[in-house]
Amino acid sequence: MSSETKKKWPLWEVFIRSRQGLSHKHAGSLHAADAEMALENARDVYTRRNEGESLWVVEAVHIVASSPGDKSTYFDPANDKVYRHPTFYKLPDEVKHM
Amino acid sequence: MSKDQFEYVLRAGDDALILGQQLGLLTGHGPVIEEDIALTNIGLDQIGQARAWLSLAGRLEHAASSELTLRDEDALTFLRDAPEFCNCLLVERPNGDFGDTIARQFLYDNYAVLWLEAMTASSNDEMAGIAAKSVKEARYHLQHSSRWVLRLGDGTTESHSRMQASLGRMWPYVNELFDVDELTTRAASEGWGVDPSKLRSAWDAGVNAVLAEATLSRPDDDFSMRGGRTGSHTEAFGFMLAEMQFLQRAYPDCNW
Repeated sequence: MSSETKKKWPLWEVFIRSRQGLSHKHAGSLHAADAEMALENARDVYTRRNEGESLWVVEAVHIVASSPGDKSTYFDPANDKVYRHPTFYKLPDEVKHM
Repeated sequence: MSKDQFEYVLRAGDDALILGQQLGLLTGHGPVIEEDIALTNIGLDQIGQARAWLSLAGRLEHAASSELTLRDEDALTFLRDAPEFCNCLLVERPNGDFGDTIARQFLYDNYAVLWLEAMTASSNDEMAGIAAKSVKEARYHLQHSSRWVLRLGDGTTESHSRMQASLGRMWPYVNELFDVDELTTRAASEGWGVDPSKLRSAWDAGVNAVLAEATLSRPDDDFSMRGGRTGSHTEAFGFMLAEMQFLQRAYPDCNW
């Protein structure tokens, strides 16, 4: 076997939009040799039971992610700033969904 | 007419059924898990189509001669012997290596899309309905198999030569798809069936375009195998049937 055939297919992340008007949500990941194959595989692996009507695939290496080690630096400061949540306003009764 | 329609629809049902069974045999044996799922998914589509065609075939047979007991799709699938099956020989070719599986699928999908598209214009509403539903699936199958032919043909030296060899192994079974006989002639002239020879030029154009892009050469047409439509099957067929029918034969009417 040549080194070429031993190469692993890249990893792709799959996002599905389940209905018109909703946003795409991460559904999982898969391996594929190219973008077309990734889209077909996503269709076959993740949408066989009517899960969606639109698919995005993106090669996992292109996703820039925050590191778990940065969790406290990134997210803890938001915890004690209650004034950032609109909880101190009196909402008129007519506004139902906030 | 019903008897003609029964035999005609039976061919379509058997094509779908046997290809579905072949692809089902790959469950857990695909080259990678994603392709394993893709192939068995295509197989499942074929079984679904087979079910629709064979169920209709059973009703047509019953309408033609009501003294016969009605055979449903299960009876037609599990309780017929090899000579009673009238699928084309192409679909009963063994799965072989991945190139064989893809070559078989690619050649068949090109035919199936054209045949189903033509059948949507059938004067028989049930046939037209099944064709309209099936052709959407067939178009996806064709996209999937075409892209694999491109990847393998225009891939590495190894994948190219193996794809070319697989194509050569499947090619002798192509001509049979377009054979005209008395049944297809009556079906076409009465407006509920298709003259398969009329599909050939579109098939050639579609297949040639992909083969050219895949840098594969088109094998010669000079040798062909025939007989599936009249129940003369290849050696591998009996073994496949034995596996498919074992449970119903050993435990008649068993259920789960």
